[in-house]
Amino acid sequence: MQDNTLLQMRHIEKRFPGVLALNGVDFTLRKGEIHALMGENGAGKSTLIKVLTGVYQMDGGQITLDGKSITIHSPQDAQSQGISTVYQEITLCPNLTVAENMFIGREDGAWVRHKLYEKRADEILAKLGIPARSSQQLGDCSLAVQQMVAIARAVDQKCKVLILDEPTSSLDDKEVKMLFDLMRNLKSQGVGIIFVTHFLEQVYEVSDRITVLRNGELVGEYLTEQLPQVELVAKMIGKELDELSSLKEAPEGEEEEKEVFYEAKNLSSSDAMPFNFSIRKGEVNGFTGLLGSGRSECVRAIFGADKVTGGSTFIKGKQISVTRPIDAMKSGIGYLAEDRKRDGIIAELSVRENIILALQVMNGFFKPISRSESEAFADEYIKVLNIKTASKETPVGSLSGGNQQKVILARWLLTHPDYLILDEPTRGIDVGTKLEIQKLVLKLAEDGVSVTFISSEVEEMLRTCSRLIVMRDRHVVGELKGQDLNQEQVMKTIAGGEAQG
Amino acid sequence: MKKNTKSFFQGGLGQLTIPLIAIALLVLFNLIRDPGFFEIGITHNNDGNIVLAGNLISIINGASELAILAMGMTLVTAACGGQDISVGAAAAIAGSTFVKILKSAPEINGGIVVLAFLCACIVAMLFGAFNGTLVAVFKIQPMIATLILYTCGRSIAYWINGGATPTISSPIISALGSFIPGIPVPTPVLIVVCVTILFKLLFHFTSLEIFTQSVGINQSAARLNGINATFIKLLSFIILGVCVAIAGSIGVSRLGLINHETLLIDVEMDTILAVAIGGNSLGGGKFKISGSIIGAYVIQMLTTTLYAMKVSSTDVKAYKAIVIVLLVVIGSPVIKAKFGKLMEKVRGRMQESAAKGA
Repeated sequence: MQDNTLLQMRHIEKRFPGVLALNGVDFTLRKGEIHALMGENGAGKSTLIKVLTGVYQMDGGQITLDGKSITIHSPQDAQSQGISTVYQEITLCPNLTVAENMFIGREDGAWVRHKLYEKRADEILAKLGIPARSSQQLGDCSLAVQQMVAIARAVDQKCKVLILDEPTSSLDDKEVKMLFDLMRNLKSQGVGIIFVTHFLEQVYEVSDRITVLRNGELVGEYLTEQLPQVELVAKMIGKELDELSSLKEAPEGEEEEKEVFYEAKNLSSSDAMPFNFSIRKGEVNGFTGLLGSGRSECVRAIFGADKVTGGSTFIKGKQISVTRPIDAMKSGIGYLAEDRKRDGIIAELSVRENIILALQVMNGFFKPISRSESEAFADEYIKVLNIKTASKETPVGSLSGGNQQKVILARWLLTHPDYLILDEPTRGIDVGTKLEIQKLVLKLAEDGVSVTFISSEVEEMLRTCSRLIVMRDRHVVGELKGQDLNQEQVMKTIAGGEAQG
Repeated sequence: MKKNTKSFFQGGLGQLTIPLIAIALLVLFNLIRDPGFFEIGITHNNDGNIVLAGNLISIINGASELAILAMGMTLVTAACGGQDISVGAAAAIAGSTFVKILKSAPEINGGIVVLAFLCACIVAMLFGAFNGTLVAVFKIQPMIATLILYTCGRSIAYWINGGATPTISSPIISALGSFIPGIPVPTPVLIVVCVTILFKLLFHFTSLEIFTQSVGINQSAARLNGINATFIKLLSFIILGVCVAIAGSIGVSRLGLINHETLLIDVEMDTILAVAIGGNSLGGGKFKISGSIIGAYVIQMLTTTLYAMKVSSTDVKAYKAIVIVLLVVIGSPVIKAKFGKLMEKVRGRMQESAAKGA
């Protein structure tokens, strides 16, 4: 068994001011193995990976690769020793071409001439089945393709250990399949793959072994086939096992009586085709469809985030004009954007400042929220939403993804919206926080807030929404509620009338 | 990742550490070189007023225009992630306007001075709005946008007074430029205090600070939170315009004349430096006005120290550059991160030994 070991991490310790992020964690990766690294936010997954890739220096412990003890000084160093990473958030340059992105900053890419490496890039792309041309600007590709280019880049650098940090969070099912095929292919060549994800089904589909971390400590290492899914979740969150299934059995039927809170007729924007939409008071509905089907574009039009080009909008039957986000906010609409890093957090500002931001904007330029008031708000929401932060003055950028998301949720809750739009609020965050957010959505609806919920996980939407608007190719193609609200029906509607195997 | 290290570091050590250490070192150096360097004397000036005098006073006094400009520049830098290089030229325009109004009055009294200053303000704000529009609406890089006014500003100043360099002699103007009878502190210093207080009030009674930082750090997110980024950027340039008018008027009052060619010449680079030395990121985002003010005094103290050491005025710039390179490198993210890691280690050791002790 031991000869098969590729990478061994022993008693890894990492300390941040005030926090012991990793406490004596062990991790073993074998050759030709897909090893899922699981845990909630703050469990230490990211830290462990950053130690392994040289972003952080460990404070204690030992790393052996191929039986040799190694030290990793920097990400470049890690790469040259054969440890490559594709991060959750894409870290390539959108203004360069695909080929340039694949070769930039690499020793073997430095002196290759344009035409040559474009050719080579095309070969790799074709081999991996990635729908992109090497001469294309990366920024013009969809998020999913950008992600795959990042993987192609890593794959091409003769790596022994490939780390995939949430690689599938922005891919649709077909692309996920493609990625898994690629992963299996690499596995058969003896590459060890560390797979970090929040999608449990994917773990079971592709991984051989699972290591679970919790609160910076090792819970255990298991063979995937010997660990039932429920048990895995229990190990990750350590409690609340039954709540996942018993969260909600949709209270059906009664919604109809409530008044329509918001309505859009033929609303269109620079990015969204005309569509009709309405939501009742206290209703939770959702847009579903594949990536790029136009679901985000619709809610962005509702919020005035993109340039509105036509149609009319009504609140409680009264026509309103929404051309900018502030108009929507003043009408009681809140919007949690899809891309947390780009459109959500103000990374260098504190948790406190991030929480009060939207309310401050609504109060206006000349009515600043006083320091003591803002501190009270921050304290309140840190407690209510259980935000894990060293203090309310900590820059929000240093929080984990799930906690950043909670900060933005707090920001919108503080404005006491009547209608809250949540675009992928649970993307890239752990099971525990996901559950908290889902519960919160239902609680808000109970209190009479209308919520539009968008998620790539259909199952999650079925659990929270009482009505689903299905989109395909930027058009609304169906609306499901009541008995039709099940996975099969959603899939069918998404896929449309086309013959499906 | 880089941001993480930075913020951890800043948690332990403030943004103001480096400028404050720089000041302390300069003071120490001067005290060793000449123990009497910072002595403050009390003398009678030409008008017979009792006034404070000495190197320290002249440093603080001399940095006044720079400090005021640096405050405005901090806002522009934070909001736009770039700098206005036309402040010197704009100050010449404002100063020329100031003089033009004073000259056209039959007699210079308090009212006329106020009027002249307000006119200078309006003109400078208009030019600020011009720069701001280029940057905020047309999305031109600040340095390129302000290059226009940098190039033509002093010509405009030349036209305002028909190419002349008129002098103004009035007790009010000389009081503004030097001392108000009965007050021993130079008037420009008092004006700096006033402007600082005005900025504090501005931050207290408006949301300018958080809006500016939000726009500077993440414009897209700021927009989706309803902040009008264009307005915030424009506003920062207009506020800098006010600072320019104040600095220009002080400059004119000091000399009692306007020389459009020499008034606050080369001040733009010192202003940007003051912002940088103050620990503010020239890429925009988080800022501290106090840092820029300290930065201005560091630069002035450095200049005065060099002159006191009998360095010739041609050589001063070179020596200044050496010190500034040191300051900027020490304040750079790379060194900060290294230092932050060192601090982390020290802290870890301390915790360990504390744990052992217990």
